[in-house]
Amino acid sequence: MIEGRRWRRWVSFYIPMGMFIVMLLFPFYWMVITTFRPDGELYRPWNAKNYNPFWTWNPTLDHIRMLLEETLFSTWLWNTMLISLASTIISLICGVFAGYALSRLKFRFAGTMGTGIFITYLVPQTLLFIPLADIIRNFHLGDTPWALILTYPTFLIPFSTWLMMGYFKAIPKELEECARIDGASRWQAMIYIILPVAVPGILSAGIFAFTLSWNEFIYALVFLSSSEQKTVPVGVVSELVRGDVFYWGSLMAGALLGSIPVAIVYSFFVEHYVAGLTGSVKG
Amino acid sequence: MATASTTISNSAMPEGRVHKKAGLLEDERWLAAALLLPTAILLGLFIAYPFFEGIRLALTDSRVGVPGHFVGLKNFEKVWNDSIFRTAVWNTCWYTFITTVVKLVLGLWLAQLLNRNFKGKALTRAFILLPFIIPTVLSTFAWKWMFDPTFSVLNWLFWQMGFITKRINWLGEPDLAFFSIIVVNVWRGVPFYAISLLAGLQTISPELQEAAAIDGANGWQRFRHITWPLLLPVTMVVTLFSVIQTFADFQLVYVLTGGGPANATHLFATYAYQIGVGTGLLSEGAAISLAIFPVLFVVVLLQLLYIRRVETR
Repeated sequence: MIEGRRWRRWVSFYIPMGMFIVMLLFPFYWMVITTFRPDGELYRPWNAKNYNPFWTWNPTLDHIRMLLEETLFSTWLWNTMLISLASTIISLICGVFAGYALSRLKFRFAGTMGTGIFITYLVPQTLLFIPLADIIRNFHLGDTPWALILTYPTFLIPFSTWLMMGYFKAIPKELEECARIDGASRWQAMIYIILPVAVPGILSAGIFAFTLSWNEFIYALVFLSSSEQKTVPVGVVSELVRGDVFYWGSLMAGALLGSIPVAIVYSFFVEHYVAGLTGSVKG
Repeated sequence: MATASTTISNSAMPEGRVHKKAGLLEDERWLAAALLLPTAILLGLFIAYPFFEGIRLALTDSRVGVPGHFVGLKNFEKVWNDSIFRTAVWNTCWYTFITTVVKLVLGLWLAQLLNRNFKGKALTRAFILLPFIIPTVLSTFAWKWMFDPTFSVLNWLFWQMGFITKRINWLGEPDLAFFSIIVVNVWRGVPFYAISLLAGLQTISPELQEAAAIDGANGWQRFRHITWPLLLPVTMVVTLFSVIQTFADFQLVYVLTGGGPANATHLFATYAYQIGVGTGLLSEGAAISLAIFPVLFVVVLLQLLYIRRVETR
């Protein structure tokens, strides 16, 4: 596919590609270098003499140490993990069930239900956070992990349902009918025959849901108030900025460490993640 | 065939009281209801109910901890005459429009580049998605640090390259701050566009391009008359999704400027947060975030019409 003379290849491919990669990844590089850079080097004016911002010869672990010892970062990490996992599992169960019902069973209102779930897919969290905060308070869920475990599925279920419907539709009906002829009930046919075939879809939905919950911010910001309940994004925002003082070293360390778990999960399942992302768009 | 059908009718028959529950689940309608129940409860409780609760709140004068009285459309009237709200409306529309166009153009370009065969393609694709998967708040902090008024690495870079002699105060001046927010949004969104459009591009057979090339079509003509029309369905859906997300954006502005300087960079969501949560005027905050709804409604309608058209085709 790469054609033409060498200079043309550079102009039409290597240079733009290189620029895209540098621009998209530079902030992460900046995060890493700031994390390991001593304060003395960090706070140098932008036009200081003999200043090379892109490298350091005196790496330090001070910022990470401060993050782990003087803040509740490890608690936040643990909270985020727990909340993301729990809400992902709830959403997968709901999404698989609903997707199965909507794609393979015949019943009245199937179309209406499908449309309803699709519409909730498009509702952004910022439309509802104020009344929802009120409701969470009334249910006495405020400042507990349950506030998030129960509300995150509202933006995860619609997307998992949508994705699973696509997978279920592709499985031939005969597979299920064979099992039913052999005496399996509908429920057994679904659990033992259809679900195993749909595992790639479940994995995609799961990875995507996990990264989305790890990423969520506004609900966590509004529903949680005490320090030991916070998730990583909220904790980093609210506790590493005191008044007007930004602890940039620790902030970047927090951003880096808070991103690593989700990056690891992503790196293991890139293909599934991409399938989830594109599947969620194609419908 | 006859034996097969008898087996089905046998197993489908309820066998006494013991199997009554299994018997109910054998009925497609009951099974469907049971399978949809958890979803219906969660979505009803945490989407439908808050939505109506939001409308109710917006029509009262509630504050945090104080149940209010019905005041009609007073909140909407007050919000409408609020100059900061008007700035927020203006900002949100421009923000959505500019970023969507830029993301679409850059995303298409990147998708075209990624659609070629080159060494390390899978790895490149995996890395390119990073801005989209890393928690937005955390990566936005990296940008805020890059935009720092005194220690900005961008200023250092531009100064070294000889573009500037004075510092650029990226987040300190209204127009510049708005521009910076747009840059970060584009940075975060381009990978999503690129990877989704790449998936669309990969469904287009390369033979079509070759045939057109043999017929003498140049690169632009091939894009204009083959790639673009075939890619349009995916482009539509991706754009509509992104429009909703951008229109309702919160995190970027909250972290980068908090709506400042002097309330110049507020979007609907950040202003709703400032009023509803910051100052505790629940009902006014609810009224502001409901302002997202009309746009959401139009997009959903377009989306539904579009999907129906595709399905009936």
